[in-house]
Amino acid sequence: MSATRLNLLLIVGLAGAMALSLIAGKVWLPIDPFVGFGQGDDPRWLIIAELRAPRTLLAMILGAGLGLSGAAMQGFLRNPLADPGLFGVSSGASLGAVLSLYFGFAGFPLVLPAFALLGAVMTMLALALLAGRSGSLILFALAGIILSSVTGSMTALAISLAPTPFAVSEIITWLMGALTDRSWNDVWLALPLTLLGAGLIALTARALDVLTLGEPAARSMGVDLARMQWLVIVGVGLCVGAAVASAGVIGFVGLMVPHMVRRVVGGRPSATLLPSALGGALLLLLADTLVRALPTVSELRLGIAMSMLGGPFFLWLLFSLRRQLP
Amino acid sequence: MIAPRLTAEAISLQIGDALILDAISHAFSPGKITALLGPNGAGKSSLLACLAGLRNADTGQAMLGDAPLLALDRRARARAIGFLPQVADVHWDIDVETLVGLGRFAHAQGWGMSAGDRHAIADAMLRTDVTRFAGRVVNTLSGGERARVLLARVLAGQPQWLLADEPLASLDPAHQLDVLALLRETADAGTGVILVVHDLGQALRIADEVVLLRAGHRVAAGACAEVLTVATIARAYGVTVEMGTTPDGTRFIVPATRLAALVA
Repeated sequence: MSATRLNLLLIVGLAGAMALSLIAGKVWLPIDPFVGFGQGDDPRWLIIAELRAPRTLLAMILGAGLGLSGAAMQGFLRNPLADPGLFGVSSGASLGAVLSLYFGFAGFPLVLPAFALLGAVMTMLALALLAGRSGSLILFALAGIILSSVTGSMTALAISLAPTPFAVSEIITWLMGALTDRSWNDVWLALPLTLLGAGLIALTARALDVLTLGEPAARSMGVDLARMQWLVIVGVGLCVGAAVASAGVIGFVGLMVPHMVRRVVGGRPSATLLPSALGGALLLLLADTLVRALPTVSELRLGIAMSMLGGPFFLWLLFSLRRQLP
Repeated sequence: MIAPRLTAEAISLQIGDALILDAISHAFSPGKITALLGPNGAGKSSLLACLAGLRNADTGQAMLGDAPLLALDRRARARAIGFLPQVADVHWDIDVETLVGLGRFAHAQGWGMSAGDRHAIADAMLRTDVTRFAGRVVNTLSGGERARVLLARVLAGQPQWLLADEPLASLDPAHQLDVLALLRETADAGTGVILVVHDLGQALRIADEVVLLRAGHRVAAGACAEVLTVATIARAYGVTVEMGTTPDGTRFIVPATRLAALVA
């Protein structure tokens, strides 16, 4: 199947999933409030306009950003197991958010997202400084691993030193990641950041293809590896920072989606970017609709649902890789 | 079309405490095949990397025409100099035509391919005899087929200079002869070709000019027949060789004995 057909298919799927997401939940809505659009007298319209619509859009924006980041990271590191989480940016962003909860600032609006973004930006800068101007794969991966483990341990430290049990439970609940009770404010925060990040990643598309031939060949062919490294770092940082700031940690989207996309459109990195963004949006939207519609007493956290999908996915990956080995 | 000259001007390169290249100067001839020869660790690959603009010399510089190579815009440099690395990395499962198309990266104007791009790609695939693999995934090809596809990638960029680090290493004799013929054809079309070669026989067969290195120094340089003599080879490699000519006129070199005294 060609990339264009996959993209069209994903767009159709997204439209269907959007409709499902708007009507599904603890309260299933029939179609008729949509007919009364703009009248404002049907009370169910409020559920759609103020709860389901922003949540649906947010799931799509974050899913697209995470899927695209995963495809860009895998292309840049030339490793199908690379994930924005590997980069340290999501753990840096969570550390920022956790600190705002730890100090009890999170009651004020926008403070938690601001702290999360600050955490993402600081990790990005540290990553760029540690990896240096070389654009070297090994330095980059090593710097990412160092940053994830340092920020992860500082998050654990903040939990263990938390002043009140209430702060502990708040932090842990937040770390699990969810889209419950998100408003239009979160959409207006995440949308511009994700768009900007996606734009920067799109600039690297052709260079990602050339990098398939390895660093020396890519440099000899006119790729500026240092510039490309900055574009990838800032682009992924914005997408992942926006996601963590508005929904907490949601893993595995960036890992799973490019894998599935690659089976259809082939390995060329630039061809995986758009389908990965669309596929990420679709996956996160479906997962969020599912956790909302499940008849559980309290809603299953989206971050946990994604991790529960991630485990079996890795198992399947392991078996399919093992079959290919001689 | 005659390419601008590629010149090494007193290139010195140091890595850590080791002096890899010591003031190497040489004017490479466009339209000719020059072989960089020398024992392991002589600095052949480092010199090639300096000439490709991949390494910064500590002192001295590589010049393309009248301009220092590193002062050129990186895309202009990539259009002028095609570099074929020794390590044949292909990290993703992409098909042959896509891979060869990557060679047009430095020519790209905006998105998509121009007619000129498509023509250059088709031509490069035809010349390297890989057209029939066009739709195959590169990682399913044999070593020799893969080497030709990677060479096609460089040729698709239509460079004025072709720099290749051991392009014959993974090829069987038949494909070695094919690639040698292809390089000869490329040079005859006006492209300057610089090769790092290990096999003295292959160098003797293909090269117009030879630069012989040992431990970062230029031992000898000049026309192939003048440089590749028993005495010079003994000085550079520390071996004695037998040279001869087959009945059909092909010259060959066979290493005979190791000269213990010359081992540094």
